[in-house]
This record gives sequence, C-alpha cells and structure tokens, in this order.
Amino acid sequence: MSAKEIRTKIGSVKNTQKITKAMEMVAASKMRKAQDRMTSARPYAEKMRQVVSHIAHAKSEYRHPFLENRDERRIGLIIVSSDRGLCGGLNGNLFRQALRNFQKWESEGKELDLCLIGNKGTSFFSRVGGKISAQVGQLGDTPKLQDLIGPVNVMLELYNENKLDKLYLVSNEFVNRMTQSPKFEQLLPLVPEDASDLSHHWDYIYEPEAPEVMDQLLTRYVESLVYQGVVENIACEQAARMVAMKSASDNAGKAIDELELVYNKARQAAITQELSEIVSGAAAV
Amino acid sequence: MTVQVDIVSAEREIFSGEAEMVFAPAILGEVGIAPGHAPMLSRLGPGEVRLRLPNSEESSFYVSGGLLEVQPKVVTILSDTAERAEDLDESLVLKAKEAAEIALADTDATIDYAKARIELAETIAQLQTIQRLRGRTGR
Repeated sequence: MSAKEIRTKIGSVKNTQKITKAMEMVAASKMRKAQDRMTSARPYAEKMRQVVSHIAHAKSEYRHPFLENRDERRIGLIIVSSDRGLCGGLNGNLFRQALRNFQKWESEGKELDLCLIGNKGTSFFSRVGGKISAQVGQLGDTPKLQDLIGPVNVMLELYNENKLDKLYLVSNEFVNRMTQSPKFEQLLPLVPEDASDLSHHWDYIYEPEAPEVMDQLLTRYVESLVYQGVVENIACEQAARMVAMKSASDNAGKAIDELELVYNKARQAAITQELSEIVSGAAAV
Repeated sequence: MTVQVDIVSAEREIFSGEAEMVFAPAILGEVGIAPGHAPMLSRLGPGEVRLRLPNSEESSFYVSGGLLEVQPKVVTILSDTAERAEDLDESLVLKAKEAAEIALADTDATIDYAKARIELAETIAQLQTIQRLRGRTGR
C-alpha cells in the first residue's frame, strides 16, 4: 500500500469513528430520557398494583375472568422489540429465548398467538412464521399509551372470548447499563400480590356496578404493564446501542493506531530510499 | 384531619400529598370525599378534580376519565392520559388487527423453527465476525 492510500484509509476510518461516537452520545442521552420515563411511569403501575391486589383480596361476589385460572391450552404472547437495529444482540437474545419457550409449549400441544410490538419482531416473525393477531411498530422514542391500546385490546378480546387461556409479556429487562435480560411476565390471569394487612372481610362500594368498574380497572392495569414493558425496552435498546457504539468507536481507534504505524513505516521507508538514492547518485558522480 | 391523595397517569405522577377534602367527577355525579370514607371504587368521567389542601388553598386538575379508589386514609386517582371512548378504542383495535393481517399476508401460521434457527444463527455469525475482526485489530 502506498502512503497516500493509507492516508485515505485512515481518513475514512476516522469518519466512521466520528459517526459511531455521535451515535454513542445520542444513545446515552436517549437512554437517560427513557430511564426518566421508566421512573415516571412507575407510580401509576404501583398504584394500580395496589388497587388490584386490594380487589383480589376483597370478598367481592363478582369474580372477573381476568382473575380466574383456566386450563392452559392457548397461550398469548405480547412480544416487545425495538424498531431499529444496531443495538447488539438485544433483539436476537429475546427471540432466541422466546423460541426456546415456544418450542417447549408446542411440544406440550399448546397453541400460540402473537402480538408484536416493534418492527424487528414483526420482520423476524413474518419470516419464520407464527400466528400474529396484532401488530404495531414505529412507536418512536416517546411511546404513547394510545398507540398500545389497540394491540393490547386485541389480546384481551381474545382472552374474553376464551380463545386464550394465558397471556405473557415478553420484553427486555433493564438490569443496568451493561446488562439487559429477556423476561417473561405473566399478565393474565393476574397474579395478585400478597396483601397480608387486609385479612379482614370487606369490599368496595362500586360505582356504577362491579363488573363495569373491574373491567375498566383490569384493562387499564394490563395496558399499563405493557406500556411499562415498552418504555423499559426502549431504555434497554438505547443502553445496548450505547455499548455497541462505544466498542465500535474503540475498535475504530485501534484500527487507526495500527494504520498510522503502517503509514509511518511506509513514510520512513520512502525517505530512506530517497536518501540512499541521492547518496548513491552523488557517489557515482 | 387529612387524607393522602395520589393522582397518577400512566405516563407520569401528577400530584401526591395531603388534602382535607377531595372532589372528583365520578361517572354517576360529582363526589366529595372526606378523610375516613368507606372503601369505594368508581369510574371517573371527564372533568375537574379539586383538592382542598391543609393550608385551605384549592388546587385542581383536569382528567379525561379514569378510576377513583378510596380507602379510609388514601385516595388514589388513576387518570387516563389518552382520550378514550368505546368507538375510539374499537377503531384502534381494528387498526392493530389490520397491521397484523399485513404482517401475516405471506407467512404460515405455524412457526418454522428450522428457519428461525437459521435466522438466529445468521445474526450470531454476524456478531462473531465482528468479534473476530475486533480481535484482529486489537492485537
């Protein structure tokens, strides 16, 4: 390689490094924002959880179908993935984990029904197959609850029509900046928390009627859980992208160092050659 | 006497603090809740939630709907962020179904595990190649 060629190569690697560095910084700031959204969505989910566990323990005459355990024959899954790539193995790990469970369930003779949130999941499952009941993508960095109402309610309708016996949420859990892990969370039937302080017999006054209020409450609860999963998945996506881009920038730096070494060697060799040519030329005269 | 009031929406926390009295637009008419109220669960219509704070100031929030949970010492208002109505929800459901049909258009309803394995193997191979390249430059 001539010195000029190497110089151009160094230039192009430097440009790539600039891009990956910029992407890293963008991902870092987006991750912080996504984390903020995670924290601000938490109070609602916590309050909801409290109310739901109160309900589950209140001695109500009316039992909502979302609270009843059924025979597990058909399983619904809401799979949350990112819209864009360049985020390391985030989506791949999630799909691998999901497929492992799917295979196990199918071997037990259970039917699966998918609801896909995010473009990566859609393109993956439209290639490998699977019964897709609902789909949504392009949620952007600030997902709106409104965008999730449709797909979630499709699954809830299926559950109400007895076409599903169980509903899971499959998404990435934000452990910390470096670690994200796939998680399966059971949405339906609801798993109420222990509320040991509420052992005495009591019930709410329902306005208007218990079924209506519970219906709205439990639907909102499931929606809020899915919303949380989506927001958390975005934080995971940005964290994974940040790490991937950081290592890309580091690698570009290493490549540049190496190329500069080669370039300097080539330059020195050229100078030595020129000198020896001059010296030998002078000696000939 | 005061009661703890929390007003939250799915996207953020709106208010948290003590109040002497809470007025909320329940679906069957406005309700006023004083500390020590019996447990109640009610749907909310669109309207104003007013709080009488301990320093006898008033503070108000608009909700487009949601739920009100009352415990003797705690009042929780779970506000809806989005404008919601039965027909509106219905149209969102239809939209999600249509999107699914488009995604399903040219695929089987059964998962092709062999194909899935190949897909995943490709991704893993890509990652491994990157790692190998990294190892080479990192000498």
